[in-house]
Amino acid sequence: MVDVVPRTFSPARAAKPSLRARQDFLRIIRRRSTVAFVMCLPLMAIIAGLVVYPAVYSIFLSTLNKAQTRFIGLGNFTFLLSRDVFWMVVWQSTIFAVSAVFFKALIGLITAHLINNLPSKGQRKWRGMLLVPWVIPLALSTLGWWWLFDPTHSAFNWIIRGLGGSEIAWLSDPYWARFSVILVNIWYGAPFFLIMYLAALKSVPEQLYEAAAIDGANAWQRFVHITLPMMRNIIAITVLFSLIVTFANFDIVQIMTGGGPRNMTHVFATYAFLLGIRSGDIPLGASVSLFMFPILAASAVFILRGVRKRGKEIG
Amino acid sequence: MKRSNLTRRVVLQNAAVGTVAVLAAPYVRGAYAAGRLTLGCWDHWVPGANNALTSLCNQWGEKNKVEVHIDYITSQGEKDKLTAAAEAQAGTGHDIMSHRDWNIQVHQRVLEPLDGVVNQLIKQYGPISPVAEYLAKIKGTWRGVPTAVGSQVKPCCSRLDLYKQFTGLDLRDMFPNDESKYDKTKTDQWTWDLYLSTAEKLFKAGYPVGLPMGQASDAVDWVGALFNAYGVVMVDEKDNIRINSAETRRALEYLKKLMAVNPPEVYAWDDAGNNRWLISGKGAGIMNPPSAWAVAKRDNLKVAENCWTHPMPRGPKGRFVGQLPQFYGVWSFSKNKSAAKDLLLYISQKESVKQLVEASFGYDLPSFKSMYDLDTWKTVEPPVGTVYSYPPRGDEQTSIAAAPARSEVGAQIYNQAINTVMVAKFTQGGEKLDDVIKWAENELEGTLRA
Repeated sequence: MVDVVPRTFSPARAAKPSLRARQDFLRIIRRRSTVAFVMCLPLMAIIAGLVVYPAVYSIFLSTLNKAQTRFIGLGNFTFLLSRDVFWMVVWQSTIFAVSAVFFKALIGLITAHLINNLPSKGQRKWRGMLLVPWVIPLALSTLGWWWLFDPTHSAFNWIIRGLGGSEIAWLSDPYWARFSVILVNIWYGAPFFLIMYLAALKSVPEQLYEAAAIDGANAWQRFVHITLPMMRNIIAITVLFSLIVTFANFDIVQIMTGGGPRNMTHVFATYAFLLGIRSGDIPLGASVSLFMFPILAASAVFILRGVRKRGKEIG
Repeated sequence: MKRSNLTRRVVLQNAAVGTVAVLAAPYVRGAYAAGRLTLGCWDHWVPGANNALTSLCNQWGEKNKVEVHIDYITSQGEKDKLTAAAEAQAGTGHDIMSHRDWNIQVHQRVLEPLDGVVNQLIKQYGPISPVAEYLAKIKGTWRGVPTAVGSQVKPCCSRLDLYKQFTGLDLRDMFPNDESKYDKTKTDQWTWDLYLSTAEKLFKAGYPVGLPMGQASDAVDWVGALFNAYGVVMVDEKDNIRINSAETRRALEYLKKLMAVNPPEVYAWDDAGNNRWLISGKGAGIMNPPSAWAVAKRDNLKVAENCWTHPMPRGPKGRFVGQLPQFYGVWSFSKNKSAAKDLLLYISQKESVKQLVEASFGYDLPSFKSMYDLDTWKTVEPPVGTVYSYPPRGDEQTSIAAAPARSEVGAQIYNQAINTVMVAKFTQGGEKLDDVIKWAENELEGTLRA
């Protein structure tokens, strides 16, 4: 496809410099790339205003003292590194994100296979139903889960009691509370993996499976040697995307536990909120929220490099 | 195409004529000649309570020809604090903003001094609550005006029937609905030791008291009151960390016994957990403003009829109750500061406060003891006099957890709930007392950072 719209020669253009300038301008704006750039401008403005500016501003804030009157460089970060509670938050955020993403990917992969093997008539119904957790606003669905786990009137405990079991301290025991927030995150996020993996499965050429079947490959071998290699890129991208979003999760922990008991369910976002907004130390809160940025950025670079490399190999 | 005959000369001529006309016109006093005032106010949980404030502001606005606009902002999810933080960062927003608990300290640098207003009120109504002074008078300057709206203390709210049946204690006789009838020999018996022994009996009877031990303000406040009653100081005025003391050890040992007779879920309760506990009929008592009683009146009248709000137990250092006042602040970037100050003075007058207290069924608590004689606390029912002792009576003193530390330090201690996390580590987590105190020392050291 040509990038420049062809134009005819004009003798007047050579004679009059002002006319030539006008025509040059028209030529530039007629370029497809120029049109594309202009059309992207609103989106770029939104990203600049709502993503780049806040990010740069929070980096700036993280370099100020508590009163925001003095530049202290990396002082907030070094202070955080000396706090026990902060290290607990780092540990908890990692457990939260890694375990939730692992189970979301696993459940997504299994359910995608199950749905893919259903007759096409029933697939749409199941796809719709399984997407429901992802479609409901997170704050609302978390509130529903909170009622199920309610410390005093838990619906789950009511059922357990009815079955003759003993109650579980879902939110008042720190370890059960960690389990509960991870469970809700998995419930909410698994449909995203499901839909992505289902789309990837549909794009695997059927001939590959047919050829493997002729060669005598069983279901597991077909999965390991055909499905997985064909899905590697989508798995890498979904895991990366989900890891970033899960590390930044706020709603679930804030609504269900508020970071307690004993600070043992705090993640970066809730701890940043506690320090920055509730305790009025905005620079320290900004530092907490930025802490994972270099680690996530580095992992994004590595994962995306792998994706590009495999893309070239396939291409 | 027809060309417009509007030339640059014509535009300039018209503009000049217009400017002269505006400047030369006689000053006409319009409906809102004195401008506009915007308020960002805490959204009251009591239905109809906002209307009383709106009505007062409109009355003042009409009288002074000021257009008053109020946005009620909920504290659910700390939305009010987020709004205040955003306005403080942006340097624009409402003229007057509600500030809960430590927010005056947090935003002190962008809040207008309000000494004129508060000193005038002190002159009219006498001494102000020391907690309000601690939170809003920063380095000798008042940065917020204490308001009755949403201000609260958290005394005991107990079930008369259950206490009488299972502990033999007649709380109405001990704390009658008339302060002049308080009998010192009886009130002095209401100590933390007696509280523990009655809590044990109630636990055995299947109606435990419900004292939250999470990281929300209800938990921080009652533990703060108990710490004060035992003489525990976390950080003093001069930034000395004083948590490693005999008083702390004694208080924590006491709390170990008390938490053992509470329901185990108290470690996960938010500020509504104890309310639900009392309203459900399972609990014999909580420490809370009359909100639980008010909801019980609607949802479980039998419980409400047996609720009695009364002073906190007494400890070795006195009888303390947690207080959480609210304030109105005027941003330094407000465009109508004088009108804002005038409005604040108006809504802080006793006649105005009376309307606010009435509309909130006694929940709103003014910061002036001279206003504790309002009729609402005597008359609301059932039973009559149930919230009479909600305003601190007798020897009960108001306090706030983390005081007397500098308010910058106190805000960190309070909001990070260092006191309740300490207690939970010891009572729920089973950590050693020395380890808990060491942990607290480390955390408190972090709050001293400049």
